[in-house]
Amino acid sequence: MIEFKMPALGADMDEGTLDEWLVKPGDKVTRGQIVAVVETTKAAVEIECWQEGTVSELIVPVGETVQVGTVLATLAASGEPAEEQPRRRSRPARPAKKPASAPSGPRATRTPPAVPQHRRWVSPAARRLAQSLGVNVDTISGTGPQGSVIISDVEQAADSKTTLTKPRTKPAASDRAAQMRKSIAAAMGRSKREIPHYYLVDEIILDAALSWLIARNAQRSIDERVLPAALLLKAVGVAAQRFGEFNGFWRDDGFQPASGVHVGVGISLRGGGLVAPAIHDVPEKKLGELMDDLSDLVARARSFSLRSSEMSDPTITVTNLGDQGVEAVFGIIYPPQVALVGFGRPTQQVRAIDGGIRIVSAVQATLAADHRASDGHRGALFLSAINELLQEPDLLEK
Amino acid sequence: MKTSYRTAVHDALRDAFRDDPRVVLMGEDVGRYGGTYAASKGLLAEFGPERVRDTPLSELGFVGIGIGAALNGLRPIVEVMTVNFSLLALDQIVNTAAALRHMSGGQFSVPLVVRMATGAGRQLAAQHSHSLEPWYAHIPGIKVVAPATVEDAYGMLGPALADPDPVVIFEHVQLYNTSADVEALTPTDISRAAVRRSGTDVTLVAYGGSLGKALDAANELSLAGIDCEVIDLRVLRPLDDDTILESVRKTHRAVVIDEAWRTGSFAAEIMARVMEGAFYDLDAPVARVCSAEVPIPYAKHLEQAALPQTEAIVTAVQGLFGEQP
Repeated sequence: MIEFKMPALGADMDEGTLDEWLVKPGDKVTRGQIVAVVETTKAAVEIECWQEGTVSELIVPVGETVQVGTVLATLAASGEPAEEQPRRRSRPARPAKKPASAPSGPRATRTPPAVPQHRRWVSPAARRLAQSLGVNVDTISGTGPQGSVIISDVEQAADSKTTLTKPRTKPAASDRAAQMRKSIAAAMGRSKREIPHYYLVDEIILDAALSWLIARNAQRSIDERVLPAALLLKAVGVAAQRFGEFNGFWRDDGFQPASGVHVGVGISLRGGGLVAPAIHDVPEKKLGELMDDLSDLVARARSFSLRSSEMSDPTITVTNLGDQGVEAVFGIIYPPQVALVGFGRPTQQVRAIDGGIRIVSAVQATLAADHRASDGHRGALFLSAINELLQEPDLLEK
Repeated sequence: MKTSYRTAVHDALRDAFRDDPRVVLMGEDVGRYGGTYAASKGLLAEFGPERVRDTPLSELGFVGIGIGAALNGLRPIVEVMTVNFSLLALDQIVNTAAALRHMSGGQFSVPLVVRMATGAGRQLAAQHSHSLEPWYAHIPGIKVVAPATVEDAYGMLGPALADPDPVVIFEHVQLYNTSADVEALTPTDISRAAVRRSGTDVTLVAYGGSLGKALDAANELSLAGIDCEVIDLRVLRPLDDDTILESVRKTHRAVVIDEAWRTGSFAAEIMARVMEGAFYDLDAPVARVCSAEVPIPYAKHLEQAALPQTEAIVTAVQGLFGEQP
């Protein structure tokens, strides 16, 4: 008999709510099959089962919140006869955590809207929606262009009205945001308490990489084109493969190198918070595949539908704050990982190169690494390996 | 099978010649030279000088001949080297071809196809690089199409030749060298816009040479969490309002990308129609990205700076979202 347990989907998760079963007793389960959806503070995560067998019993009913490690279901291993037990009536489920009755999160602390000098700007669609939902637009803060009230503002306002009266079956977005804040606080607090970070920075000149990418993309149709972000990911992945002490976990007072390189990608979510799910086997993937994976991952992260292996597998993380306009980011390692590579915004710089003055596109690459697992000397070599790979981008195509 | 836009145009012409003996091709350098953009290479050898005719450098003259040939039963395709040069033939196209059916009370029709190159990006300066197709889209009596994909580069010629009225086809110069994997080239339609990428957050409306930039921008924005729907107008006249409005009603936001200038532009027309048809569905002002209001410069960096670019589209889209996402 195989016990299928609530997995830990990251260092910061200690419980999860079962959202949906995708199998029923009697179903055959193959390795890697998605069998359930679990709601964590970060997302609704599709849970894969890594053992083969036939489902005997679903033990935890939908809606119940259980600790990590709780047996969710039992499977008969292939060969073992599936037990035809009469199905136990599920226990009355402990209801899923209800949002507190008062509206929580940022909404509660938002200051009342300032009185505008002009007629209140409300988008036509928001005004119509407000009318149909009975929401007074004058009481809402606008978050649209020029501070205008837009559809999502009205929806939020209507939402907070109904949470007071109606019980909800799923955590509201704001509830999730508040919980996510908590779990980020826990993980980052732990990181800074436990991990002796050291930081390195290197300027990477991107001219070779960017012009190679432009030439590469020019020969391909739109959906095969690759953005610089994918190239940076690939470079980090390949370098991490060569420098194993940055790719793995610090557990039980020792470093455990990971067998594959699964790069976690920092993705900020609408409404705040972030996740860093993994793209698997980055060094083995072709650039085009990596781009597809990246787009897919971002889309699913933002729609809160990630898979358990993506949440629990990252062996190193990359964060890219270039779009937000900063030049460099000094990251905090996500435990139990031991390294994080950050990229800032590519900017044009005047540089002296080979005795001449050139204008180049450059990006600040940073490494935050765990001094327990590696030393600055190796960190410097790791960071320059990333730099060198980006000078010969065709090595990254594969 | 990888097929280039140039090959698709060429094959469309060749197949039209094979299918219908009434089809003839006229224009500057279309015969012996094989076409300025090599679209008619080999046609003179295969179909002979009766059907593939090099003309003198007189747009007014050879477009007029095309109209006469169409009135008398042929199915002429006239190639004008660029839309800038077509202004010499405006009188023929606007005052004659477009108007004859109406002025004759329906007695005459002009089944003429005029193909011309449009757009910038090849450092051909202000005499060869403008996007004047919106001028033609202003004229009742003709159809105006802008194939942006390899499929349409082939597929639009058939229906254009079958149309009883004049059809003007605009081929963006930057597209000839693009290619795509196409299973088989088949006729498409010249009536509807197409959704080239579906999305939920904002509608990008583009045509011709701007479609690729819009799709690139959509790709980039997807990483920032903005899910763009991209519409390829395909047909500038008659404009397919329904596809645009249906999309904007879903996304509540729109950005129009048009390589022509902003003032009195086709982008303005689309924005007006969105305002007329979907005002109460809008969650942000409609935005547009057009060329700088200068004759297109020769110098490469200035030319690129004058044209709508992916970054400008990304910025325009982000401007519609305020604090979120």
